[in-house]
Amino acid sequence: MTDIATYNFAYLDEQTKRMIRRAILKGIAIPGYQVPFASREMPMPYGWGTGGVQVTASIIGPDDVLKVIDQGADDTTNAVSIRAFFKKVARVAVTTETATATIIQTRHRIPEHPLTAGQVLVFQVPIPEPLRFLEPRETETRKMHALEEYGLMHVKLYEDIAKHGRIATTYAYPVKIEGRYVMDPSPTPKFDNPKMHRSPALQLFGAGREKRIYAVPPFTDVVSLDFEDHPFEVQTFDQPCALCGAENVYLDEVILDDHGGHMFVCSDTDHCEKRREAPTSPSWGGRAEGAGGGNGQSSLSSTPTPALRADPPHKGEGKEAE
Amino acid sequence: MYVAVKGGEAAIANAHRLLADRRRGDRSVPALRLNQIVEQLALGVDRVMSEGSLYDRELAALAVVQARGDMIEAIFLVRAYRTTLPRFGYTNPVDTGAMQVERRISATYKDLPGGQVLGPTFDYTHRLLDPELAAGAEVEAPAQRPVEAEAMPRVSAILAHEGLIEADGEMPLDHVPGDITREPLQFPMARDIRLQALSRGDEGFLLALGYSTQRGYARNHPFVGEVRIGEVELELDVPELPFPVPLGSIRVTECQMVNQFKGSAKAPPQFTRGYGLVFGQSERKAMAMALCDRALRAGELGEDVVAAAQDEEFVISHSDNVQATGFVEHLKLPHYVDFQAELGLVRRMRAEYEARQNEDKAAEEKREAAE
Repeated sequence: MTDIATYNFAYLDEQTKRMIRRAILKGIAIPGYQVPFASREMPMPYGWGTGGVQVTASIIGPDDVLKVIDQGADDTTNAVSIRAFFKKVARVAVTTETATATIIQTRHRIPEHPLTAGQVLVFQVPIPEPLRFLEPRETETRKMHALEEYGLMHVKLYEDIAKHGRIATTYAYPVKIEGRYVMDPSPTPKFDNPKMHRSPALQLFGAGREKRIYAVPPFTDVVSLDFEDHPFEVQTFDQPCALCGAENVYLDEVILDDHGGHMFVCSDTDHCEKRREAPTSPSWGGRAEGAGGGNGQSSLSSTPTPALRADPPHKGEGKEAE
Repeated sequence: MYVAVKGGEAAIANAHRLLADRRRGDRSVPALRLNQIVEQLALGVDRVMSEGSLYDRELAALAVVQARGDMIEAIFLVRAYRTTLPRFGYTNPVDTGAMQVERRISATYKDLPGGQVLGPTFDYTHRLLDPELAAGAEVEAPAQRPVEAEAMPRVSAILAHEGLIEADGEMPLDHVPGDITREPLQFPMARDIRLQALSRGDEGFLLALGYSTQRGYARNHPFVGEVRIGEVELELDVPELPFPVPLGSIRVTECQMVNQFKGSAKAPPQFTRGYGLVFGQSERKAMAMALCDRALRAGELGEDVVAAAQDEEFVISHSDNVQATGFVEHLKLPHYVDFQAELGLVRRMRAEYEARQNEDKAAEEKREAAE
């Protein structure tokens, strides 16, 4: 009892890490395919990022620089908690800067700053199965994926259009990976879907409670499902960020009073702070950047590819003193 | 002016400090010691061991205190610890027929070899609050009798002599028992995997499902063939040694439910069985588990699957309370990015709806004016 419990580097034991890495490698080999893995209980609750935490714990090394965001922000409580966990169990450097991070664990957003080769984006996924709300049975959905039987999903999207005049899915918008598997991009707003397309970064998805890992390797086609006459389009906002003036970024609505007063601010806090620090010469382009941007109602089925950064971040770059 | 929320780290630290204060409560009241919990809240400790899947009374007691008596939180603490422990082997199957029995009852036979032994049970207590207990009255020592040499065979072994009850199921010789803590669950699953999941499943969930079968949702006419509670010996095969090494003993509750079965194309009329086995003393859990196990054998026995309790994917996917509580409670986490996306959609749809309403109204007014 009095023995002080000690934990391995990054909490998980090496055998577990190897098992998870195998699942990750399989996921990379079959982009968009949900690989079952023997998810462990983690010291945070299921549904609070245990899948993402297990993926990060399995790939992180002492030289990595970790960024954790929730809702795009580095300072939301759960992001703070997960970052503190890795600081404690892996003693890695942490950062809030998208550009200097080697691993970014995220819930519900993809950073506005384009990702680069060598970076890994780890998504926390609650329900990995894009067909789950159409068919609750795992035995059925696995069959549907195996047979590439995605008619049900198209019917759902069509019914949306018939009933509401548009596809009424705003987040967790289904995507097709490399022309084969339909995949849930995790509950990111569909605004972020185009950023996944041919991203130079490796994108890993961990669902702890549902025990699934899947992956989108760098430069993989990620196409949001749509129809020729109803092309996929992302959300647009009528006004720029009230703090930094950014346009074509995803905004949060902040309630100011009880008379309906509100303002819109960047959901990506790092992006917003960087712009406010250097409003005249943002280091990565003008006001209208952001891979997920696009303008208004025009067709966005052709996805812009984020520009490659000339010098990808190296391991250990931008390391913070502890 | 809006100020971005900062200082999450300090807020979390302070919240946890307050939690520790509330956990301790009034400092003038002596703090609980773990042995008090182990000794006096033993059934709570048993539940934490059982659903936490870790047989260690002291750690379970620590978890109960740390969780302020919240059982699911305590179970979660134990699970998160056990998952970090190395796995150095698998014991041989326990022989519950050789159990040192403290309680054993059968509802199907008035008397049977080994007899009916009531043991420490709440059954037949009158549920009257006991003021003397609150006053800390002395408790008399239990009555004892010499240990009898008579064997206490499992009731299923007795019935089996007539061939009227199905035998213990058999697995192929090369079958390696699964391990739900090391391999991902996949459906459909073999019964050994299913029983593991049920054994760590939430007591309340299994109780409700078992109850639903009694009320007609997949009724399976159950009788308690036997419930037994006691100590069983654990033995481990070690490669270098020609005999199994005893590791000690654990307390378990086993339930053999006997269910009437009219027969199907797959099996003759006979009594079938549902099985429950849990750590510690918990008849409620073991019996509920046995009812669910039997209901989940519908496919194997050629019965129609008509109710929730028979649906393996439904039952096993939702029986784990650590998973369930995590996902239900994660709704507390911020969801404002997705909410914003939905808000934008509803606003647009609402504007279109109102425009349509106004058009209709204008058209109607025009028509009325024309008339």
